[in-house]
Amino acid sequence: MSPSSSIAAEPGAVPAPDEHHEHHPSYLTDGTTVKSWLLTLDHKRIGVMYLIWVLLFFLIGGIYALIVRLELLTPGPTIIDAMTYNRAFTMHGVVMIFLFMIPAIPGAFGNFMLPLMLGAKDVAFPKLNLTSLYLLLGGAAIAIWGMINGGMDTGWTFYTPYSTHTTTTVAPILFGAFIIGFSSIATGLNFIVTTHTMRAPGITWFKLPLFVWAMYATACIQVLATPVLGLVLLLVVGEHLFHFGIFDPALGGDPVLFQHLFWFYSHPAVYIMVLPAFGVMSEVVAAFSRKNIFGYRAVAFSSLGIAFVGFFAWGHHMFVSGQSTFNAGVFAVLTMLVGVFTAIKVFNWVGTVYKGAVDFKTPFAYFCGFLYFTVFGGMTGVAFATASLDVPWHDTYFVVAHFHFIMVGATIMAFMAALHYWFPKMFGKMYHEGWGLVSAALIILGFNATFIPQFLLGNAGMPRRYYEYPERYQTLNVASTAGASLLAFGFLISAIYLTYALVYGRRAASNPWRSRGYEWLTESPPPTHNFVGPQPTYSEEPHFYVDPKKAEVPDAV
Amino acid sequence: MNELLNNILFLPEQASTFAERVDNLHYFVVGVTMLMSFAVGTAAVFFFFRYRRRKPNQTTEYVVPSVKTEFLFVSLPLLFFLTWFVIGFRDFVFFATPPKDAMDVYVMGKQWMWKFSYPEGPNGVNVLHVPANRPVRLLITSRDVIHSFFVPAFRVKMDAVPGRYTQAWFEATKPGTYQILCTEYCGLSHSKMWGEVVVLSPEAWDEWVKEQRRGSLQNRQDALADLTLAPHPARMAEQGQRVAAEVGCFKCHTVNGEPHIGPTFLGLYGRTETLDNGQSVRVDEAWITQSMMDPGAHLVSGFPNVMPTFQGKLTGPQTAAIVEYIKTLRTPDIRTGDSSQGPVYEPIQ
Repeated sequence: MSPSSSIAAEPGAVPAPDEHHEHHPSYLTDGTTVKSWLLTLDHKRIGVMYLIWVLLFFLIGGIYALIVRLELLTPGPTIIDAMTYNRAFTMHGVVMIFLFMIPAIPGAFGNFMLPLMLGAKDVAFPKLNLTSLYLLLGGAAIAIWGMINGGMDTGWTFYTPYSTHTTTTVAPILFGAFIIGFSSIATGLNFIVTTHTMRAPGITWFKLPLFVWAMYATACIQVLATPVLGLVLLLVVGEHLFHFGIFDPALGGDPVLFQHLFWFYSHPAVYIMVLPAFGVMSEVVAAFSRKNIFGYRAVAFSSLGIAFVGFFAWGHHMFVSGQSTFNAGVFAVLTMLVGVFTAIKVFNWVGTVYKGAVDFKTPFAYFCGFLYFTVFGGMTGVAFATASLDVPWHDTYFVVAHFHFIMVGATIMAFMAALHYWFPKMFGKMYHEGWGLVSAALIILGFNATFIPQFLLGNAGMPRRYYEYPERYQTLNVASTAGASLLAFGFLISAIYLTYALVYGRRAASNPWRSRGYEWLTESPPPTHNFVGPQPTYSEEPHFYVDPKKAEVPDAV
Repeated sequence: MNELLNNILFLPEQASTFAERVDNLHYFVVGVTMLMSFAVGTAAVFFFFRYRRRKPNQTTEYVVPSVKTEFLFVSLPLLFFLTWFVIGFRDFVFFATPPKDAMDVYVMGKQWMWKFSYPEGPNGVNVLHVPANRPVRLLITSRDVIHSFFVPAFRVKMDAVPGRYTQAWFEATKPGTYQILCTEYCGLSHSKMWGEVVVLSPEAWDEWVKEQRRGSLQNRQDALADLTLAPHPARMAEQGQRVAAEVGCFKCHTVNGEPHIGPTFLGLYGRTETLDNGQSVRVDEAWITQSMMDPGAHLVSGFPNVMPTFQGKLTGPQTAAIVEYIKTLRTPDIRTGDSSQGPVYEPIQ
């Protein structure tokens, strides 16, 4: 192993600032006009713009969530009528899934970090990258126009024939989601090509940071599955407007066909949301325990494994829709494989901490929350795949709690961890560590307080999407709403100190965490073309924290 | 033990043979989940303290798992998950395979009510009577959108899909009344699409069946006999009553003043009704006619929009006759009797 490797130069050292530093402004100061941002082709600026937008969408989705939770405070009508409630939970789902969960980590952090981690100057197709941002915003604009002009009351799953019969504004919202799908495909395509063609000399496939592996696996799903969603949404719009008769049995169609097509995308879509989260967490746990990833290859391959078997699991959404018993068995087993791959990751993350040097900073606090949400959310997922248990749980609050735990809990933990871990890299500022920990604790607590009662509600048999419910479910609903308020309060604190840090925060060191992720090999914030002077060399795998004097050459893992 | 676990997990009482099977696996799965989460969590927390950073530049050893460790990581969860699968799938096959001697009941979901009919017996709305300790097969379909038939106490759920029949079965173990909920989002009043299963002991069941047979025949005979005995009813109103009975108006509308699924016919004509859009309307011939042809157009407040249209199903004279009949129902004296209370059962022909 070459001792001249810039990573192994001195353990824990901050890479030496380049002597030309003065002449190379960071990407943030290189052009300050509005136009220089809106028409930028710089992946970092595009990433920052993604971040701003997804945070806004998160706020909108969160407000809908609070409206829904407040309405459920009492068994009968509380603050809104049934129709408004049905629209609110639909919008909560649509906004959170299509405008926050799916684009959040790939759009904001994937865009920013992927080229840095590959030692590339930019993504492979910078113009396509900007286009995918505007496709997202265009789709969002159309969908939000639809929400303002009537809204939709189908639930985010748009099940036919209800979605083709309802008189609410289905067409613009589905069409918006259709366009957002193109954004997702374009981003995925860009990442795949970037990973294949733009790796700096020295970065072999098995030296790729695990975040890149996760983004790569995600991108494969985005490119392969999203077109199916696009087509099925167009068919629903057509059916709604022109009564094609594809899904409506009254016209000779098949409503369950819709479910197959829809879940063929939407089940893998869960992994579009959660795989990037897994990637972020692999980076965070290595950086804050100063350890190489335990079982690097296992973690990398399990991402691809999840992406692959994720395509063969959609049928578990239809155990009680009248599909054959044999199908249920096949889909049950295939779904469980996802659990096995996830378990590999979990064990290896915990293994990474083993003999590490843990620094319990805010991102690491989110890692703890993440570990717990992933284990519990994942295990309940396998419980669902156990066909007979799905029968009473299906479409009850148990589902709501389960997918919020794994899909939302894990992803939010990763999103917040990424935000805190890469905040100095992106903006060159430090946030207040104490407030970071307080807010993380509140968010994790609030999340548990919101969704653990919902597991029990599901056990008790409360169906989801209920505007009114039998009185016996009230206590748990009140607990859940109280938890939601705590959760919102936690996010509010984060918003305040992060905004404060953005403006008044003290300047961050170039590598404040002394991380040996590849992205820290350049300055913080990075210059416009990512690296100044000679490109760093990549002779060690990322997160190689071994003292070079004692270093034993790592074998192939 | 069972009861304690049920209470901790907030599970409803077990009232079918399937419930017990599901719950046993449920305890096992929850137990394993808790144990595994606890093990992983404890290991993690132990490592956080044991391996905390002591100085900022601390380096670490290069530790990678042995093949044996990775094999354990894969095989341990796989073993647990496959065990769950085997038990779960065996139970699912049990759930999906109705016994041959099961009693059939047809279930139809409709925005927003459940309709039940027995191949050779009565039919009803929102209330399903079944005998205890006898397998009951449900043949489920829907008239409009997808619904899902769910009885928490039985742990039984099956989608009602328009255009096809799905089936589910259960064997209720103890007499009582259990709630039916709709679990597939089906529109505005999805959350109010409730019903109940009344489980009767075998003797009570036989009695009930006899009662229903008698009752529904009696109702029809009464309705017809009534006409011939009445002194000099207007001929048109008489026809109207006959038509109303034939097309099923009395399933939802009473004539004794009690509101049922729809408003009562008694005193309807000339009454001022509040509509669901807040306006009020004085009931006249035009409104009654419109309500038959386009029931949702001016819906009386407080009633669900569930009436089917009779456009094309009633001829002009029949429509007029029903209107005339309703016009005669002005005072409680005109037609008394309690035969129209509640859902009216009649044999399927």
